Amino acid sequence: MKLTGAQILVKMIKAQGVDTIFGYPGGATIDIHDEVVRHDDLRHILVRHEQGAVHAADGYARAHKTTGVALVTSGPGATNTVTGIASAHADSIPMVVFCGQVPTGLIGNDAFQEVDIVGITRPCTKHNYLVKDPDKLATTIQEAFYIARSGRPGPVLVDLPKDILQAQIDFQIPEETRLRSYKPNYTPNKKQIAKVVQMVKDAKRPVIFAGGGVIASRASEEVTRLAQMARIPVTTSLMGMGAFPGTDPLWLGMLGMHGTFRANMSIGHCDLIIAVGVRFDDRVTGNISKFAPHAKIIQIDIDPTSIHKNIPVQCPIVGDCKTTLEHILALMEKQHSAELTVERDQWLDQIDQWKQTTPLKYDQKADVIKPQFVVEKLWEITKGQAIITTEVGQNQMWAAQYYHFDRPNHFITSGGLGVMGFGLPAAIGAKAACPDKLVVDVAGDGSIQMNIQELMTAVENCLDVKIVILNNRFLGMVRQWQEFFYNRAYACTNIENAPDFVKLAEAYGAAGFRCTDPACVEDTLRKGLDTPGTVIMDFVVEREESVYPMVPAGGAITEMLLV
Amino acid sequence: METSRYLLSILVDNEPGVLSRIAGLFSGRGFNIDSLSVATTDDPDVSRITMATTCDAQVIEQIKKQLNKLINVITVNDLTEKKYVERQLALVKVHAKPEKRAEILRIVDIFRCRVVDVGHSHYTIEISGDNGKHEAFLSLLKPVGIIEIASTGAIALARETGK
Repeated sequence: MKLTGAQILVKMIKAQGVDTIFGYPGGATIDIHDEVVRHDDLRHILVRHEQGAVHAADGYARAHKTTGVALVTSGPGATNTVTGIASAHADSIPMVVFCGQVPTGLIGNDAFQEVDIVGITRPCTKHNYLVKDPDKLATTIQEAFYIARSGRPGPVLVDLPKDILQAQIDFQIPEETRLRSYKPNYTPNKKQIAKVVQMVKDAKRPVIFAGGGVIASRASEEVTRLAQMARIPVTTSLMGMGAFPGTDPLWLGMLGMHGTFRANMSIGHCDLIIAVGVRFDDRVTGNISKFAPHAKIIQIDIDPTSIHKNIPVQCPIVGDCKTTLEHILALMEKQHSAELTVERDQWLDQIDQWKQTTPLKYDQKADVIKPQFVVEKLWEITKGQAIITTEVGQNQMWAAQYYHFDRPNHFITSGGLGVMGFGLPAAIGAKAACPDKLVVDVAGDGSIQMNIQELMTAVENCLDVKIVILNNRFLGMVRQWQEFFYNRAYACTNIENAPDFVKLAEAYGAAGFRCTDPACVEDTLRKGLDTPGTVIMDFVVEREESVYPMVPAGGAITEMLLV
Repeated sequence: METSRYLLSILVDNEPGVLSRIAGLFSGRGFNIDSLSVATTDDPDVSRITMATTCDAQVIEQIKKQLNKLINVITVNDLTEKKYVERQLALVKVHAKPEKRAEILRIVDIFRCRVVDVGHSHYTIEISGDNGKHEAFLSLLKPVGIIEIASTGAIALARETGK
């Protein structure tokens, strides 16, 4: 069967079970876009900037537990995807980005809208391809999806020269992908499993530390069972939010620079950390030499490079988080459960004491809205059911602290790279994946302006996202550092000169509400969430509110600045 | 931690861009490359990269893991963990004034090297051996006057039957 390269591309994308792609056309992709619109079962969402396409694909992948797809043109179209790709790479999100490229004969000639995107994205993709041989197009696309979603997931970029897209190619469905140089190991070593169970038995003050790997391998149920069976308290990284119910008594809250007092103190005093799908990022560990000084560490990760990278580990296990936890649970179930939970009361009492003496707190007075109050009310009103995306900075931390996530895939944030402007397009992607879910972008007034053009995408495609702006007229997180560490010299962080977000919403065909009075926060949220379509809720909040606790950079995580 | 020299033998897909992935990995993560040598193997789809690096034990573990993580890397073999043979080829051009020629030829003889080019005032000598032999040879020739050197990176194979 003869097909054009563009036809093969669309056929192969659909064969991967993808029903929605996010794209922006250009000279090099006209053939693809011309083909895409002929397929009713493949929805193309036209974004307003290529960065938005990649973040939307990211949000789609996380909410839908599948692979996100972005489609952009050569040159500037391709370079505009780099931030989104790097973010997906840092957060291990399965994604395939297709870029148009100048015809093969022009590659290397500095042609119009030519850029070496394979070279540019080499360090921030899991793998990438330039397709030069039309006969390898179908297998390459299949390989790209296979690599993106297997092992530790990540973004894969495929560069498609225009002549390949136009070529008439003999199409055959490729055989199942097998790569001799890439065979992720999912099954853990049995001896290590026995060691884990023994270490848990020996531990008096254990903590489970779950990360994004738990979400990626869909292991939150296993984490929860392990915690409850052996009465082990649980903390997570930012990427792990939702891996364990945020309303469970064993929940410690988030760990790290803005972690809860009890989570950070627990790590400082525990004698065992069961680390699942985490990479001990510097925002979590603080000063590495002072991290968990009394603890032995079990680390489960599918990526061997994550183990032993920053922190020495006594029991490393390379394997899929879910599979490994299943093995551990199976072995534990055979054992007497009393043996596992013996002497845990004292430890849990200690943690409870930390929780009582030093909880997360803020003081909502009558005159000015506290940003934390807005997030907490949002959680109450939505009964914790919404998918929350965030921008980056204070809004992100308050969302993590005050929206108590009970299930995975409901907190979508640019954790590793920290991309401002992520939340709105990611929310659009999440809404496209889960049309029946309420999707809320918790934003700051700074970061919402970074991809504000995507409001049009949301409105045009009826992807109703609700945007909650915590508007403090500052680039708040940097301001906070300036307050603490730079003598309150607020260099370049005052952004009082801002658009009228209500009018801005209206200009795009969305609805806008403003709230300046603490007494009206709840009403505004209800009104905004009940209003059909895309809505901006602009909450004018306390200007100089800070995120607490805070571990100053380079400090031990038990040394926190508290309110 | 204490640093030492490691010799890695890496089999990779023989494809464009693979060397760039490896070089990029080293520069991006701040690893050090002492020498690098690449050529195809008996299988035309596979190239062997022999790489020498100096680092501590924790870094070499990361290097090996990160290399293995690259999709195009088939195997990473740390030769320093086993017995191996190592060779490095160099061409060394030296000043060869009449009064020095006998001495140079004597050194060449002792090191089992060959003179591969002769001019009115120079010799070009071919030397093959491990790193230590090269260092010893060059230190003896230095007083004579080295004009220029072209050297390959180290290549090596394990002293065992299997790959």
